[in-house]
Amino acid sequence: MSDAAITPSAEAEVKWGRVRQSRRIQDRILRVGCTTATALAVFVLFWILGMLLWKGGQGISLDLFTKITPGPGSQGGGLLNAIVGSIVLTFLGIAIATPIGVMAGTFLAEYGKGSKLAELVRFINDILLSAPSILIGLFVYVVLVMPFQGYSGWAGSVALAIIALPVIVRTTEDMLRLVPNGLREAAAALGAPASIVIRQVSWRAAKAGIVTGILLALARIAGETAPLLFTALNNNFWFNWNLTGGISNLPVTIYAFASAPYDNWQQLAWAGALLITGAILVLSIAARALINRK
Amino acid sequence: MSMMTVQDAPSAAAADQGAKVRIGVRGLDFYYGSFHALKNINMNFHDRQVTAMIGPSGCGKSTLLRIFNRIYSLYPEQRATGEVTLDGRNILSPSIDVNELRARIGMVFQKPTPFPMSIYDNCAFGLRLYEKLSKSELDDRVEQALRKAALWDEVKDKLKQSGMGLSGGQQQRMCIARTIAQQPDVILFDEPTSALDPISTGKIEELIEQLRADFTIVIVTHNMQQAARISQYTAFMYLGELIEFGPTTKIFMEPQQKRTLDYVTGRFG
Repeated sequence: MSDAAITPSAEAEVKWGRVRQSRRIQDRILRVGCTTATALAVFVLFWILGMLLWKGGQGISLDLFTKITPGPGSQGGGLLNAIVGSIVLTFLGIAIATPIGVMAGTFLAEYGKGSKLAELVRFINDILLSAPSILIGLFVYVVLVMPFQGYSGWAGSVALAIIALPVIVRTTEDMLRLVPNGLREAAAALGAPASIVIRQVSWRAAKAGIVTGILLALARIAGETAPLLFTALNNNFWFNWNLTGGISNLPVTIYAFASAPYDNWQQLAWAGALLITGAILVLSIAARALINRK
Repeated sequence: MSMMTVQDAPSAAAADQGAKVRIGVRGLDFYYGSFHALKNINMNFHDRQVTAMIGPSGCGKSTLLRIFNRIYSLYPEQRATGEVTLDGRNILSPSIDVNELRARIGMVFQKPTPFPMSIYDNCAFGLRLYEKLSKSELDDRVEQALRKAALWDEVKDKLKQSGMGLSGGQQQRMCIARTIAQQPDVILFDEPTSALDPISTGKIEELIEQLRADFTIVIVTHNMQQAARISQYTAFMYLGELIEFGPTTKIFMEPQQKRTLDYVTGRFG
C-alpha cells in the first residue's frame, strides 16, 4: 500500500478505523463464546468418560466375564449372565427391526414416493423416532407382559425392536434417496421391473448407508434401560436361553446395582456401564468407517 | 448462403430413402403435468441408420427420445398421446409390456450410469433378465458386447472389478456394451458424449458409426458437428415442435426452413 493514490483520506481513515474496531470486537465476542461453549461440552463429556474409566476400570477383571451376578450380600461375582443376556436381547431386537425397517424405508423411498400414505408413514415414523423409550416399555408391558402374565426376553426384544425400527426406517429411506435416479432409469431402460431395480441396484448402491443405520440402531438400543424395566426385567441367574422368562441384562443390572448398598454391586455397575459405553463406541466407529469407505 | 424462403409445413416427409421404417411417430403430443412439451410430432426412423436430433436446450429432443422406450412412464405426471410404432405395433398402447419393450429398445444416458457391481455383472445385467444362458454362453455374450463397444482389451483382465472404478469414457462404453449385449433393435443415445473429454468422445462416435451396421440408432446431441459427422438423418426441433427433418446433408447444406438455417449456421441456440 505504498501508492499515495490509494491511501485513504484522514476522515475516511477514522471512519473505517471505527468500523474495523467494532467488527474486531464482535468477532472476538463470538469467538470466545463459541470456544467456551465447545470447551464446556467437551469438558462434560470427558468428565463422564473419565469417571467411567476410573471407576469402571477398577472393576474390569476376568471375573467380570466368567462369573454371574452375585446375590445380595454375597462377595465377588461378575456380569457374565448380564452380558450374554444383553447381547441376545439386542441382537434379537435388531433381527426383528431390520427386515421391517428396511422394507418400510424402501416403501417410502421407492414404491410410495410422493404418495399421501408415504407422507403419513414418514410423519408417524418421525414421532416414533422421538418417543420416550419408557413409553415403549409401558406399551410392550401392556401388550406382551400382562396378557402372558410374566416378564420375558421376547417382550424385551420386541421393546428394543420398536425403538430401533424408526432409526432403520429413516436411514434406509435417506440412503435410498441418495441413490441417483439415473441409476434406476438405467436399470429400467434394460427392461428390469421395479423389484429387480430395487434389489439389485438401489439396495446395492445404498448398502453401506443402510448397514450403517442398522449399526447406529444397534448402538442406540444397546444401552436402553427403560423399555427393559417393564419387559425383560432382570434376574441373577445364569442365562439359560429361555426367552419366555425374565432375562438378566446390563442396563437393568446397572440400574439395580448402582442404587444398592453393596460395594461389590456398585463396582459391577460401574464396570457394566464402561462395557456398554465401550461397545457403543466400537459400533459408532464401525458405522463411521463404513460410511467413509464409500 | 442466401436466405431461404420459409415454408408452411415441416418437411417431415422429406426422408423417404430406401431403408425400411423402424419407428414411426404419428400425431404425438407429450405433457409434463400441464406443460405441453411436444406438439404434434410426425416422423419416421429408418432401419440401420443414425438419426440425430438437434435443437436448443428445452426444445423437446430428449423428451421425444424418452418416449421411445417409455422411460417417461416411471413418472406418473408425464404422459404421451398419439401413436409411436415399433415395427408397426403401437408402443403407447396399454397392452404393451414396457419391460419387454425396453429390452428391445436400449438406451444410453448422458452421464455414465455404472451399476454398483463388477464390470462383468454390469454387462450381464440385461442378459440375465430375459435370457436363460449357460455360464459359457453368458461369458461369450459379455465378451462380444465388450468387443463391440471397443472396451474388451482394456478390461478383459479385470472383469471382476467394480465398474465404478473405470474412467468416465470407459464407463460410458461399458454402458453401451451393457445395452448392446441384449441385442436390441434400436439404441437411443441421450447426449452420450456431453460429459466426456474429446478423446473419449471420438471413441464413442467411432463406435456409433460401427454400431449402425446392426442397430437402428437415434441420438440426441447438443453438438451440431457431431450430428453432421455421425448421422444419416437429422431432425431439428424447436420449442416442442419438429421444424425440419431430412437427410443430414440436406439439413446442414440446404435447409428449407429459416429457423433451421439460423440454428445450423449458429445464429441462435
